[in-house]
Amino acid sequence: MEWLAPLLEGNNIFTVSTMNEYWKGLVNTLQLVLLSLVVGGLLAIPLALARSYGKPWLNGPVWFFTYVFRGTPLIVQLYIIYYGSSFTLQDTFLWPVFKEAFYPALIAFALNTAAYTTEILRGAIQQTPRGEIEAAKAYGMSQARLVQRIVLPSAFRRALPAYSNEVIFMLHASAVASTVTILDLTGAAYLVYSRFYAPFEAFIFVALVYLCVTFAIIGLFRALEKRLLAHLHAAT
Amino acid sequence: MWEQILDLNGVLRGYGPSIFSGALVTIQLGISSLILSLALGLAGATAKLSNSRFLRSVATLYTTLIRGVPDLVMMMLVYFGGQVLINQFTDWLYERYEIDIFINVDQFVAGVVAIGFIFGAYMTETFRGAFLAVDKGQLEAAKAYGMRPWQCFSRVMLPQMIRHALPGLGNNWLVMLKTTALVSVIGLSDMVRLASEAARAEHDPFRFFIPVVIVYLMLTAVSEWLINKANQRYSVGVIKAGD
Repeated sequence: MEWLAPLLEGNNIFTVSTMNEYWKGLVNTLQLVLLSLVVGGLLAIPLALARSYGKPWLNGPVWFFTYVFRGTPLIVQLYIIYYGSSFTLQDTFLWPVFKEAFYPALIAFALNTAAYTTEILRGAIQQTPRGEIEAAKAYGMSQARLVQRIVLPSAFRRALPAYSNEVIFMLHASAVASTVTILDLTGAAYLVYSRFYAPFEAFIFVALVYLCVTFAIIGLFRALEKRLLAHLHAAT
Repeated sequence: MWEQILDLNGVLRGYGPSIFSGALVTIQLGISSLILSLALGLAGATAKLSNSRFLRSVATLYTTLIRGVPDLVMMMLVYFGGQVLINQFTDWLYERYEIDIFINVDQFVAGVVAIGFIFGAYMTETFRGAFLAVDKGQLEAAKAYGMRPWQCFSRVMLPQMIRHALPGLGNNWLVMLKTTALVSVIGLSDMVRLASEAARAEHDPFRFFIPVVIVYLMLTAVSEWLINKANQRYSVGVIKAGD
């Protein structure tokens, strides 16, 4: 970050070392959010299928999981998993992994986004046009093949707008990671605030960083929607 | 007797009454923020639909900026930044008029301001959509009857737009209720903070957090029931498509 030094000359708060804290925070936040989204997304696909096609004994527990995780604050889920693991796993072989706050936070975030994504996907699966399913059946596709080739690909596309909201929600919700000793973007801002007692500089700067990441995500999903939903727009 | 019941007969090891008093703080915080956000949302929606370009751009800036920033960052900005602003103000008072006072920023007020401000942006979008859903002719007819702007709003717009606003409003409320948990970070003794203090003291997180989870789920369930009731009440006389 040496190239920043001349740019920041004469600045008391935004020194190279401050920018380094923010940069590390940004990396931590993006890592945590991206990993949770991948794990949560992968979990959500079988869960959404269970919600849509499962027998009651399968559908019921999945419904309960999504109801509990969507009905309680993320910070409570994080505390339960973070403190819960520190009090129960301390003498087990898992402790080296759970000692760092990163993994409990990753588990909490992944389960939380899995719950929301499951319901988004379930809604998209239920909206599959009847005609498409009938056509697939007429072609003699089995139920599994029908889901794999017809239902899921079109459900993913329909779920895209709602999913982009979920991604942004996850980015913003990840700020609570700073409450369990993780130095994410918000944690870095708090550090800068307490070092210089400069709340406006510290928090407005981090707000702008979050704003930029949010706009980048919105742009990315717009491009993706344009590409994947092209066949749904009227030809011009 | 009540202490015994709130402590679930000793299961909460004497922390029961304090955790349930935290639940009351959560509810008070939620309702106060709701009122502020409704006021801001109505003002924002009015600004967004007004003829003044200045008001429209202020409202658009407000909703865009707020929705791009995490709730927790907003809350810290309001709480820590508010304290600095007030300190500067009291310093100025002392220098200028030799009035020596010290004002502490209250965590409850900071929480209400931050949450109300954030959800005011979401409410703005909800109300804007609901206003647009009311037939233009209704407002024109009200004006033709010579109603004043306030009468137009309270007699014609409000009763008709509520039906369109309720689903979004209910959704915002459910999200807001969960957002109130963040005030525990700036030190307000809500349910979450009291439970985590008890969990650390007793080395038993599950014992204290599971009641918190159950209270949140109960609040959600009651809210959903009330929203449903309100929906039924305000949709009387509207025939659903397909019925």
